[in-house]
Amino acid sequence: MEYLSQSSFILSLVVGLLVGAAAGLLGSFMVLKRMSLVGDALTHVALPGVALGFLFNFNPFFGAFGFLALAVLAIWRIGETTRLPTETIVGIFFALSLAVGILLTPELELLEALFGDISKTQIYDGLFAISGSIIVFLVMKKIFKKFMLAVISEDIARSAGVSVDKINLLFLFLVALIVALGVRVVGTLLMGALVIIPAAAAKNFSRTMAGYVFLSIVFGILSVGAGLFLAKILNLPPGPMIVLASVIPFLVSLSAIKR
Amino acid sequence: MESQIILKVENLSVKFEEEQVLDNISFSVKKGDIFAVVGPNGAGKTTLFRALFNFIPYKGKIEWQEGIKKSYVPQRLTIDFYFPISVLEFLTLKLKKEDREAIFEVLKNVGFSGDEHHLEKHLLDKKLGSLSGGEFQKILIAFALLDKPDVLLFDEPTSGVDIGSEKTIYHTLADLRKKTKKTGLTVIFISHDIQMVYQYVDSVLCLNKEAVCLGGPSQALSAEILEKLYGKEAGVFAHEHRKF
Repeated sequence: MEYLSQSSFILSLVVGLLVGAAAGLLGSFMVLKRMSLVGDALTHVALPGVALGFLFNFNPFFGAFGFLALAVLAIWRIGETTRLPTETIVGIFFALSLAVGILLTPELELLEALFGDISKTQIYDGLFAISGSIIVFLVMKKIFKKFMLAVISEDIARSAGVSVDKINLLFLFLVALIVALGVRVVGTLLMGALVIIPAAAAKNFSRTMAGYVFLSIVFGILSVGAGLFLAKILNLPPGPMIVLASVIPFLVSLSAIKR
Repeated sequence: MESQIILKVENLSVKFEEEQVLDNISFSVKKGDIFAVVGPNGAGKTTLFRALFNFIPYKGKIEWQEGIKKSYVPQRLTIDFYFPISVLEFLTLKLKKEDREAIFEVLKNVGFSGDEHHLEKHLLDKKLGSLSGGEFQKILIAFALLDKPDVLLFDEPTSGVDIGSEKTIYHTLADLRKKTKKTGLTVIFISHDIQMVYQYVDSVLCLNKEAVCLGGPSQALSAEILEKLYGKEAGVFAHEHRKF
């Protein structure tokens, strides 16, 4: 029994650390693109998908990713065809999916869907997390310079031949992927925090791009690691502990930006 | 200098929903020229640029000389002080690999002086967001020059820059032109600064939805034309910058 719980802890640690690293990487761009709130709201769209997973007994990752991918496409499309600000569109999607999600989720599993339960991690989740984070890192490595240029100025990027719209969509898909993976780790309500807080802290410490992205990844990993250990030792739910842990480097970073 | 036509625009019109933003504009730009587009706010200057880069749908003809490479220098960017990127990293975004030699060359071309060690320490290692308005604008020009374009398109090169730096930037432009005479760099820029236009450009297009004047600055920019462009108080015009 002891052995089993030990190995499942290690499994959840692996999943958590990988998701933390990938979330730190993506978050570094979300923060620069001033998409913090958009990212946070987007994570809630996963809830109805997770609910369907519970209802029909399949891995909630698929439900979450399906809903997120649909939402990303819809948001992108509405943004292209109307002049509504992304913020408004995402705000509406967020409220809608939270409402639908809460109605759909069986009451017993509601807490788990909202706040995650990494102790329920199965070997599949480990495999998804490994392949998902590899995809995130490879794709980001490939689009890094072009994407960064587009973050700084879409017009410069376009004039240099970068397909800005395509890159933005691709990025949103990566976010959807990592959020879906993170649902197990911290749940739909707190996943936004795991994407944004490590990057926000790293930004305050950094002068260079390389340093910033690296630090954001490191903070993502540290937050999940520290949160999981604390949760285990104190016997508290891991999701909130991870988010609490991620706030510590941010608080420290505030002293670095004193005027 | 041979007078090759590098850009030919014929009957260009742009409409946003019901609003006619550009109406039947025709002009051409010669290779190696400094060409200015002037006009009041809302005259369609930035829209013209966006059409030239094919960012927006338009009616009419825009013909660039074949195989031409163009680079865009936008209006002052909104990069806050805490944006974590060094000047070197920014300049490298356009290059496949970090190429210090190419970087030092463009830095010298836009008027940064000092030896490489000095430039590295006092410019390249600095945060992009910590540069002064004038330095930032020069870095944007340097960035645009990095992949050796044939044409530079500048949107309000001096907006948001103090008067001292403004002069430096036009001076940089004029100087750049001397340095690139052999390669024949063409510069097309938007400006609201009529005086600078007199001093530095070969041709000017006055725009107020339609083309109001076209030609060498001293003939094209008559008092009558200026009044038509800016109203009676020519010379006193507030400029807010609209982003489309």
